Amino acid sequence: MQSIANTMHKKPKLRLVALLTAPILWLVVAYLGALATLLVTAFFTIDSFTGNVVQTFNLGNFQDMFTDAAYKNVVLRTLGIAISVTVICTILAIPMAFYMAKIAKPKSQKILVALILTPLWASYLVKIYAWRTMLEPGNGVLDWLLGPIGFNSPGFGGPAIIIGLSYLWLPYMILPIYAGLERLPNNLLDASGDLGAHNWYTFRRVVLPLIFPSLVAGSMFTFSLSLGDYITATIIGGKLQMLGNVVYQNFSINLPFAATIATIPVTIMAIYLWMVRRTGALASL
Amino acid sequence: MHKKRLFSQIAVASVAALILAGCSSSNEAATNSGVPDVPMMEKLGDGEGQVNLVAWAGYVENGSTDKNVDWVTGFEKETGCKVNVKIGSTSDDMVALMKTGEYDVVSASGDASLRLIYGGDVAPVNTDLIPNYADIFSNLKLQQWNSVDGVSYGVPHGRGANLLAYNTDVVKPAPTSWASVFDANSPYKGKITAYDSPIYIADAALYLMNTQPDLGIKYPYALDQKQFDAAIEVLKAQKPLIGEYWGDYLKHVASLKSGGTVLGTTWQVNINLAKSEGVKVEGIKPAEGSTGWSDTWMISSKAKNPNCAYMWMNHIASPAANAGVAEWFGEAPSNAKSCDLTADKNHCATFHAADDAYWENVYYWNTPTETCLDGRTDVKCLPYAEWVKAWSSLRNS
Amino acid sequence: MTISRNARLLLASLLGVGLAFIYIPLTVVVINSFNSSRTFSWPPQEFTTKWWTMALDNTGVREALKWSILAGLLATAIALVLGSSLAFAVSRYNFFGKEVISLLVVLPISLPGVVTGIALNNAFTKQLGMSTGLLTVVIGHATFCIVVVYNNAVARLRRMGTSLQEASMDLGANGFTTFRLITLPNMASALLAGGLLAFGLSFDEIVVTTFTAGPGIETLPIWIYNNLFRPNQTPIVNVVAATLVFISIVPIYLSQRLSSDSSSGGRFS
Repeated sequence: MQSIANTMHKKPKLRLVALLTAPILWLVVAYLGALATLLVTAFFTIDSFTGNVVQTFNLGNFQDMFTDAAYKNVVLRTLGIAISVTVICTILAIPMAFYMAKIAKPKSQKILVALILTPLWASYLVKIYAWRTMLEPGNGVLDWLLGPIGFNSPGFGGPAIIIGLSYLWLPYMILPIYAGLERLPNNLLDASGDLGAHNWYTFRRVVLPLIFPSLVAGSMFTFSLSLGDYITATIIGGKLQMLGNVVYQNFSINLPFAATIATIPVTIMAIYLWMVRRTGALASL
Repeated sequence: MHKKRLFSQIAVASVAALILAGCSSSNEAATNSGVPDVPMMEKLGDGEGQVNLVAWAGYVENGSTDKNVDWVTGFEKETGCKVNVKIGSTSDDMVALMKTGEYDVVSASGDASLRLIYGGDVAPVNTDLIPNYADIFSNLKLQQWNSVDGVSYGVPHGRGANLLAYNTDVVKPAPTSWASVFDANSPYKGKITAYDSPIYIADAALYLMNTQPDLGIKYPYALDQKQFDAAIEVLKAQKPLIGEYWGDYLKHVASLKSGGTVLGTTWQVNINLAKSEGVKVEGIKPAEGSTGWSDTWMISSKAKNPNCAYMWMNHIASPAANAGVAEWFGEAPSNAKSCDLTADKNHCATFHAADDAYWENVYYWNTPTETCLDGRTDVKCLPYAEWVKAWSSLRNS
Repeated sequence: MTISRNARLLLASLLGVGLAFIYIPLTVVVINSFNSSRTFSWPPQEFTTKWWTMALDNTGVREALKWSILAGLLATAIALVLGSSLAFAVSRYNFFGKEVISLLVVLPISLPGVVTGIALNNAFTKQLGMSTGLLTVVIGHATFCIVVVYNNAVARLRRMGTSLQEASMDLGANGFTTFRLITLPNMASALLAGGLLAFGLSFDEIVVTTFTAGPGIETLPIWIYNNLFRPNQTPIVNVVAATLVFISIVPIYLSQRLSSDSSSGGRFS
């Protein structure tokens, strides 16, 4: 033991290799390998007789995807939903996180964090079915509660998907922003206030730029989880489908086509990650 | 490449010939049919101690859901075969699971069974080794979706028709035909539902069979390009009428109850459940018939536990187990003797289990293949993968 | 800090609106667990406790809970090992490709679950000829859990600096002793916080699990999903969810305790 420890201490390279081997093997070989294998499948096709994958290179799937307007619709719709969910979560999360981090007393701060964490343990499906009960047009909870004051449920469809997904992912937005704000020294805000800045000005010019990485980190959850979701759309989406539904539907009968569709969210996320990599957001997840 | 095409042409031709010949041809043709030659089990041996199943939710209950609903524990004790089950949520799931070769037995619906047979994923079933097979309703045996060339590929399990549900308070007069869900001027626009699966294209084809005989559709699962396009057009025109498509029963029944859905595809079990919830709803099989499903227990060609698999297939086809599943799941049992054993004595009557005439115009789900299943050889039909693609496209158009 | 009274009031009411948004649906879940309607129809006409007694009798849900906990623990354990060794490597060494690591490690959680799911399914069953089972679920879950452990660990290591370790080494302790007596205790709360979050992510995961679970492996989310297709006693899923919310107080309380032990805790705690 002692000798191993000494050797390890004297050879930092060896220690580095020991530390890196397992995680890199896991992420690169297992994960990226699986991903690459899937994406390569997009260029294959299936035997129309047996349904088995035939490994001959062709671009037919991509041609189908780009020529059929339906796929353009679903990409735009999914992007629209994912962006809306992110915006809504951000708007809801910032004041909540700000109150929790900067105004609440330490004791209530803990309780508030617990209150935000709790819904993460209620099952995804149960929560979405609860939203079905909430949104049911005519006799849902929303109409029952708010009908008397003239507010009606939007029913099932795009708005319902946006509400449902915002609900599911809101805690994932609040928590990083809260953590970001907590790290922010109070005297910074005081300084800005002392210099005569209004609350709003301080927030916009001092707080917002500093918590921007946390915002981006939260958006990675809200945006990417929305981008790939297919269950919420099935349950409260009315007639609408999202990209995930198309992938899921084609997966077992036509893997190459499912893989072709899957290249879209992968590309979108790759661009997104590339854009945010410099903000320090990746470390704030 | 050239060789491959030649082979597939031969295969297409021979399958077509076979289907034309129906069940009459001899066993020798089996190897020419395009169906992979998978050996059949000859003799039953001792159990392997376990069996892995792929099944629909509710088909394999061991008392863990409800302690009174159990047709597995007894089997396990009796045979020593421990039952491991994986729930498949769609037919597509089930096919994918069976392709892995990890499972011994599957409860395949008709839109999966042929795929499995032609993919060489399931083996022919030696029905002599399954004593309970004798009691299965004869109009379920050796059908297009569970046999090839007179060779059985499974044990029929249960069946149901896709019914037309309508809210009796709202929909007046009562609908008599599927035309009511395709009517562009329907007063129920926005409150119509349809089953959310590519197989629903067959419902449109069935509608066209009756309204546009010129298209020459003989069998709703055998559509050439022209017929297929016509069916898709029907569905595109129907889309504005639809409020929701449904896949899981809860969403469907909840929607019937809330009044969000007043007309559309349903299953008998959903009607019963909605009625028990106090919904004023009826389900009918329109005069022109309907699509439906008939499930089949099939054995994997790569089964690691073939003996336990055969024991399971015999057990699940037995009157008691079959009655148990039929009542729990809400479908017509396949064993004629089951009807005496159901807790609800009207179960078989409600589900038309023994009513042969009822099933005559039910077109059970089948897997569309490139070779037209109706026997036409001059055209190619659209295989199921194309149905799925078209459905994705339709749902997002 | 000087925040005007009006701004405080505004923020407090916005927090209230947000909490209402979070808790009204959860209340609906709890109420529906007593709703006699089998389709959760609103408002409830009659109340019943039968779903609760049925849930108690249901051994399937306990079995599913067991699988979920087992898969969650194993995935968390793997994520802890891989995530923290990666964190050590990144924060204590310089090497080629270091920048790429942070990108690589977030990839599994930032790509849609359905893509990760079918990619792993395809790799396991078609390329490697593996059987899906508990192992494949654990591999799938661990892959997207690594990042939360990693980020917690990296943040803590950055704050800790290297002076303590150096002091320990100077005083003659070898690498292992230093790790055991200095590094690990200082890391513990960050690792636990990361581990809890990883467990939480795994516990409610449904998409990747759908594609990686083998015969007989029914985790709780999958069990709930399957129950939506079982036409008899669906409302017990509300019972299960309500129970989970109450049980979740335990891990949340734990993480709160941990964060109060350390100056500014790991992330999310």
